[in-house]
Amino acid sequence: MKILVCMKQVPQKDAPLKLNESGTWIREDVSYEVNEPDAYALEEALRQKEKHGGEVVVITSGPARAQQVLREALAKGADRAIHLEDAAFVGLDALNTARAFAAAIKDEQFDLIFTGLQSDDYGYAQTGVVLAELLGWPHATIIMQIEKNEGGIRVKRELEAGFFQFVDMPLPAVLTIQSGINKLRYATLIGIKQAKNKPLRKVSMSEVQSALSANLQTIERLYVPQKTKQTQFLEGPASEVAKKLVDKLRNEVRVL
Amino acid sequence: MADTILVVVEQREGKLNRVSWETLAGGQALAADTGWALEAAVVGSGVAGFAAEIAAKKISKVYAVESPKLEPYTPDAFSAALKQFLESRQPKLVLMPHTYQVRDFVPKLATAMGRTAISDCIGYKKDGAKLVFTRQMFQGKLAADVSFACDAPWFVTFQNGAFRGDKVEAGASAASVETVNVQIADGVVRNKPQEVFKEAKQAVDLTQAEIIVSIGRGIKEQKNIELAKQLAEALGGEIAASRPICDSGWLPMDRQIGSSGQTVAPKLYLALGISGAIQHIVGMKGSRTIVAINKDSEAPIFEIADYAVVGNLFDIVPPLTEEVKKAKAVG
Ligand SMILES: Cc1cc2nc3c(=O)[nH]c(=O)nc-3n(C[C@@H](O)[C@H](O)[C@H](O)COP(=O)(O)OP(=O)(O)OC[C@H]3O[C@@H](n4cnc5c(N)ncnc54)[C@H](O)[C@@H]3O)c2cc1C
Ligand SMILES: Cc1cc2nc3c(=O)[nH]c(=O)nc-3n(C[C@H](O)[C@H](O)[C@H](O)COP(=O)(O)OP(=O)(O)OC[C@H]3O[C@@H](n4cnc5c(N)ncnc54)[C@H](O)[C@@H]3O)c2cc1C
Repeated sequence: MKILVCMKQVPQKDAPLKLNESGTWIREDVSYEVNEPDAYALEEALRQKEKHGGEVVVITSGPARAQQVLREALAKGADRAIHLEDAAFVGLDALNTARAFAAAIKDEQFDLIFTGLQSDDYGYAQTGVVLAELLGWPHATIIMQIEKNEGGIRVKRELEAGFFQFVDMPLPAVLTIQSGINKLRYATLIGIKQAKNKPLRKVSMSEVQSALSANLQTIERLYVPQKTKQTQFLEGPASEVAKKLVDKLRNEVRVL
Repeated sequence: MADTILVVVEQREGKLNRVSWETLAGGQALAADTGWALEAAVVGSGVAGFAAEIAAKKISKVYAVESPKLEPYTPDAFSAALKQFLESRQPKLVLMPHTYQVRDFVPKLATAMGRTAISDCIGYKKDGAKLVFTRQMFQGKLAADVSFACDAPWFVTFQNGAFRGDKVEAGASAASVETVNVQIADGVVRNKPQEVFKEAKQAVDLTQAEIIVSIGRGIKEQKNIELAKQLAEALGGEIAASRPICDSGWLPMDRQIGSSGQTVAPKLYLALGISGAIQHIVGMKGSRTIVAINKDSEAPIFEIADYAVVGNLFDIVPPLTEEVKKAKAVG
């Protein structure tokens, strides 16, 4: 099976975020990491390849810094990488991001495309499904298991409140992967060494531009949400805070 | 023709999804603010009964969008059915709850129609003639106002809890219900879904617990869970966790709180090192009292906490356990 994995670079989970001057995004001077479900998507692709043979290709769009995500994926075992490299790619909405991916892979024949189920920064939960529609492929979302069968694949979809469902579907297909589908591997020293010699194709904005349109939506303003609930903050050294909290639990919450 | 707002409600296993009422309440609020007409649609096979239920609310019209191919749910059939229906109706705004089902087909539907969806919104604002939709970003640390830059129909999905479902206004008289039979050609539906099921039996029923000590990724290592267990024991409560803890296998799945786990409403919910992502919050926001301990003063969990401690849980939990024991000993 030939599998493409979309991997996005996002600000690190506990990075302190500051608004940019125009108030439309955060300032770029934060540390970045791979979007969590995308790491699981890569792991799943590597496992499928180990079982059925084939190739794992990773793709990202973003400025030069995003290459780090691809390097890590190559070190873990991906065969090659595609980088849509331009700072302007991050300003695209999910539809245009998916169009750019579709344009960049038009000469390839994948059996499966994996994305994460949503990004940790913008969190649209759309890019994979939009890509499927652009390609005319079937899709399934929030996937927790993938098995090959005669007609194609059988996937396990996570539903709300602890429910699941198996779905049979033909290939090629797009799947959006949920965190926790598998256990992540670490890159090995030898993997890191080998990654340096693996192919990484760069795609410029001008190569895919004709497939894009103006964004269909606009971020007007970004801000720190207002608190609506009255919260009592308990302060002081740990031992004192512990005393204060127990006092509250006893006299206000009345659970002690 | 006047502009309309169309709410697409969700039914499952013979019931309207609770969040459908929330979205309907949002639709009523938007209709009042814009002066646009409000209509609703329910999509499926044999759904006229649901349509009648909605027609009792303050609404101009309800559609039952029907085809035998809509049962069981598939994104292909839902997208094809709604595309046909929306192209004939041309609403200005299409509202849906941000459920697992909606997020499975809406991006496809919007793309097929050359449109976009602003997903997972928590509200809207009307600024003169301009409508903006508010959504959380960076896992709730920031919010963004987003507007449409394309022609209608505009697709918006609303997060669980965005509006009060019990605030849906009843209508003076029942609205008319129209059945729209859509044609879905053979071969359109490619996926074959099997029965919905629940994984293995649950060993604990956290919904009955009065006190829950819940841990998140801030606990750092599996062995540190012992600290939280001691606190839970001292309080006479149960231990629970955020999803990443259960994904790692540190605690069993039946102790996971949130949209893909348990929904609980204890007297006391003590969140240790949990950031407060919406998917966690929907599972515990009904708790009577929420205490959060987190080292990040901007963690979204503090938004819903009654008592908050900004600090290192490893410093605070051991003396807290001791104080609880002392307090209990005094009786
Ligand atoms: C009007 C507008 C302005 C924006 N401006 C900025 C900005 O200035 N700076 C900025 O950083 N972002 C900006 N964004 C965010 C934008 O880049 C989104 O990331 C993009 O629209 C994809 O949506 P998402 O991240 O919500 O992806 P989702 O749909 O939630 O992602 C699902 C999956 O798709 C894949 N995926 C998505 N994006 C990528 C990617 N770039 N590379 C590889 N895989 C990917 C991943 O597998 C991911 O798990 C803007 C968005 C909009 C709508
Ligand atoms: C479709 C879907 C379904 C999901 N379902 C669920 C669900 O059912 N339940 C669920 O929980 N999540 C669910 N999630 C995941 C959810 O989005 C979050 O990723 C998850 O809740 C984060 O868990 P966390 O708060 O433990 O981890 P993080 O977000 O990593 O937060 C860890 C927190 O610990 C704090 N911390 C770190 N060290 C310390 C310390 N020493 N002392 C004090 N505080 C510290 C940090 O400041 C941070 O706030 C779902 C996601 C999706 C997309």
